[in-house]
Amino acid sequence: MMKETELYIHIPFCARKCGYCDFVSFPAGQNVQKAYVQALLKELETAPEGLPVPTVFIGGGTPSIIDPLFIGELLSLARRRFQLLPEAEITLEANPGTLTAEKLEAYRRAGVNRLSIGLQSARDEELRVLGRIHSFADFKESFSMAREAGFENISVDLMAALPFQTEESFEESLAAALRLSPEHLSVYSLIIEEGTPFYEMYHEKALAREQGREDTWPLPTEETERRMYRLAGRRLPEAGYARYEISNYARPGFACRHNIGYWTGVPYLGFGLSASSYFEGKRFSNTADMKAYLPAFEEEGAPSRIRTVEEVVTRERAMEEFMFLGLRMTEGVSGAEFSRRFGRAMEEIYEKPLARMEAEGLLSRRDGRVSLTERGVDLSNYVLAEFLLD
Amino acid sequence: MSLDQSRIRNFCIIAHIDHGKSTLADRIIEKTGLLTSREMQDQVLDNMELERERGITIKSQAVRTIYRARDGKEYIFNLIDTPGHVDFNYEVSRSLAACDGAILVVDAAQGIEAQTMANVYLALDHDLEVFPVINKIDLPSADPQRVIDEIEDVIGIEAQDAPQISAKQGINIEEVLEQIVTKLPPPSGDPKAPLKALIFDSLYDSYRGVIVFCRIKEGTVRKGTRLRFMATGAEFETVEVGYFGAGQFIPCDELSAGMVGYVTASIKNVRDTRVGDTVTDADNPCDEPLPGYKKVTPMVYCGLYPADGAKYNDLRDALEKLQLNDASLQFEPETSAALGFGFRCGFLGLLHLEIIQERLEREYGLDLVTTAPGVVYRVHKTNGEMVELTNPSNLPDPSEIEYMEEPIVKAEIMVTTEFIGAIMGLCQERRGVYIGTEYMEDTRVLIRYDLPLNEIIYDFFDALKSRSRGYASFDYELKGYEQSDLVKLDILINKETVDALSFIVHADTAYERGRKMCERLKEEIPRHLFEIPIQAAIGNRIIARETVKAMRKDVLAKCYGGDITRKRKLLEKQKEGKKRMRQVGSVEIPQKAFMSVLKLDDK
Repeated sequence: MMKETELYIHIPFCARKCGYCDFVSFPAGQNVQKAYVQALLKELETAPEGLPVPTVFIGGGTPSIIDPLFIGELLSLARRRFQLLPEAEITLEANPGTLTAEKLEAYRRAGVNRLSIGLQSARDEELRVLGRIHSFADFKESFSMAREAGFENISVDLMAALPFQTEESFEESLAAALRLSPEHLSVYSLIIEEGTPFYEMYHEKALAREQGREDTWPLPTEETERRMYRLAGRRLPEAGYARYEISNYARPGFACRHNIGYWTGVPYLGFGLSASSYFEGKRFSNTADMKAYLPAFEEEGAPSRIRTVEEVVTRERAMEEFMFLGLRMTEGVSGAEFSRRFGRAMEEIYEKPLARMEAEGLLSRRDGRVSLTERGVDLSNYVLAEFLLD
Repeated sequence: MSLDQSRIRNFCIIAHIDHGKSTLADRIIEKTGLLTSREMQDQVLDNMELERERGITIKSQAVRTIYRARDGKEYIFNLIDTPGHVDFNYEVSRSLAACDGAILVVDAAQGIEAQTMANVYLALDHDLEVFPVINKIDLPSADPQRVIDEIEDVIGIEAQDAPQISAKQGINIEEVLEQIVTKLPPPSGDPKAPLKALIFDSLYDSYRGVIVFCRIKEGTVRKGTRLRFMATGAEFETVEVGYFGAGQFIPCDELSAGMVGYVTASIKNVRDTRVGDTVTDADNPCDEPLPGYKKVTPMVYCGLYPADGAKYNDLRDALEKLQLNDASLQFEPETSAALGFGFRCGFLGLLHLEIIQERLEREYGLDLVTTAPGVVYRVHKTNGEMVELTNPSNLPDPSEIEYMEEPIVKAEIMVTTEFIGAIMGLCQERRGVYIGTEYMEDTRVLIRYDLPLNEIIYDFFDALKSRSRGYASFDYELKGYEQSDLVKLDILINKETVDALSFIVHADTAYERGRKMCERLKEEIPRHLFEIPIQAAIGNRIIARETVKAMRKDVLAKCYGGDITRKRKLLEKQKEGKKRMRQVGSVEIPQKAFMSVLKLDDK
């Protein structure tokens, strides 16, 4: 029997690149978009047929920027080639300012049943600093159009620790998002990644500080960021959203099944530029070079040419992943599940880190499950690194 | 091979660093037909990976080539390459002892530099004939006549007919070869006398044992000769004798007086053969050994520890092998509470230290932790005893100390006049005592200072270069010991003294140094789950303090879509970082923190 396999489809286009974004994404003309979708369709046809598919995630970039007919083509090919399960979760990422009633209608027809809309902040000044193309008013309009189009599962992305953001303005953004009652909320803290304009800003800032110049790009401190995180951790559950993962909150029944798949070892196939896959025990990813990607499927043997196998997930690595991915989930990892998968007890393999992290107050063990404590969440990298075996 | 000594020339090339010594050596080898230029890799003699990378010569190398001179006769050239850096004077001196003459290479643009003079004096001390060569005449700024005059004025050797060459472009190399024949003397010595050979280098080969590089001064050695090493008394039967091809050993029947070559005798123990020792024939020994070399004492000491404690024996083996052909390297076991078992090692200078450290890491695959280098202090105790202190942790209790002395060097700095002020400022900052200034010509001066050695071992050379825009050159030699107001600076991390970070410093600079060390360590020590005080102390008195705040956050919010590999790499990096830490009490200190405190004056 074939294993359930998730699909990820990457749309690497956006209206304008945001200052903090380090995903493979860029503005491109109609012709490139069209050629890209043609290549994507061909790539889909290289995948094994008949795989049972529980979730599809069309991410970006801004997938809502391309012609909605393309989304329809991609999904109908997926339907023909794979066995999309009834109730399959089909998510599309969208950005305010790119959505119209017509597009939304087309997505519905194509079978998209979940939208993930990037709000980031309800303050227009903060949005401008991020380099977003939309205002809060645009977002509200997009959101209500989506509701009108019949979308009953909408996720909203918010960001904490933004330049110029204060605890008050963050709280305001939370409240504004809650007023719209989405089914799902993601709250990510800004990470300054190398190679982004924000990285330059960050260095400029450090330089200014060293030279005693005025800091024109105030960033919240780590302490403030943690207070924002905790604020979200209080407000959202009060409003009926449970935190099910470090940065994700949902109303009962609306946790993102696709992402949970990533954290629980479900196989997935990624299509498109730079897309990652976990399939048949291997992790691999596609080239991030458009010039290599576009013509690759004109010939035989294309997938192997544009793919880099990054790692073979050995049993040991699978154990590590079970821990460092599973612990991102609020419910943590199950000792029984560990034994079932690996034939060894979690306490035996990870005796030392479990004991130490528990003693340091970073992990809690209850009812056969291990999970991060609140402080453990704050120090999650520190904790998760402990579960890499020597 | 004919034993006609008049057809042998044993010589070396001496020069200030970067004046083109190794390039000239390459040309000589190429032009004498040992290698075709297609086979030539640049700098044939610099065969250590490290030497090629840094473009400097560290170890002496020898090579034999044959040259047909204009008189129609064939001459055997034994070329012995020498290092140029001030740290390696000892190596230079070893090479010189195996030679009868020397080629002095001087840069046609830069002229005489501090080490040009130092090397010429060394060569003259060894009674070598020296002739000058003006190199880099192809440079736009070359001024050969000025340099020729300078050589005659400053050094006092004849230079009017010095070959004007470009080693890089291969211009005028013939003239150098001819002058080797005409200006340098052939060796002397009686091939029938009792064997007397000087060991000037050696190498360990896992198949043949120790390969002894020697210059035969008297007598003859051949297969079967029973060798006696006069200093150690060890005796071995000769298995093979031979000479040096380029990068290879070429066996021959015998080596006789005047020749340079190698001997193997299944010598397994590296301690039996000491560089500088005399080898003789056990069955027909010579009366007394050759003078050998002036014993060189290490100037700089530091602790070397294996990052992985289990590698202690590997480190010892590696040090023994390196010591075999680097007699100036010294080491003895020591123990640190922070770093475990390791060695206190003595070096000629900081570059020497760095080179050894890199060779241990690259050639022997060892991961090392190095403690702050220091010099040898003399501690005079109240009971009249004098202790030579190489490890600050061994400083006796202050109540037992009458006074302390530190090593002082005579430094010579050569620089153009516009930088006199900057250089004198630097020397004053480093507690220098001004001795005098000597004008070499209108625009260049030789500045003499007495400087405490511990002020120059870290970064003096870099500071000198940066304050003279690269123009200053520098040489020094030990002058002696002088009384000084010294204190031991201790570093406490989370209230515990970390022995590996203690060092001796002049009382006037202790506060500044302590403050900088705390600041630097604060940057190096990662946050822990608790707050960590870092303190500098003299005795019980805390003179500086910094705090590493407790870790509040270490979280990766995003999951990068399905890119789990990226996440794994981040975690692996984190874990790897942790492995490179040393546990001191409850604090994990990165290994590089121990070294970083050296670089306090950077920026």
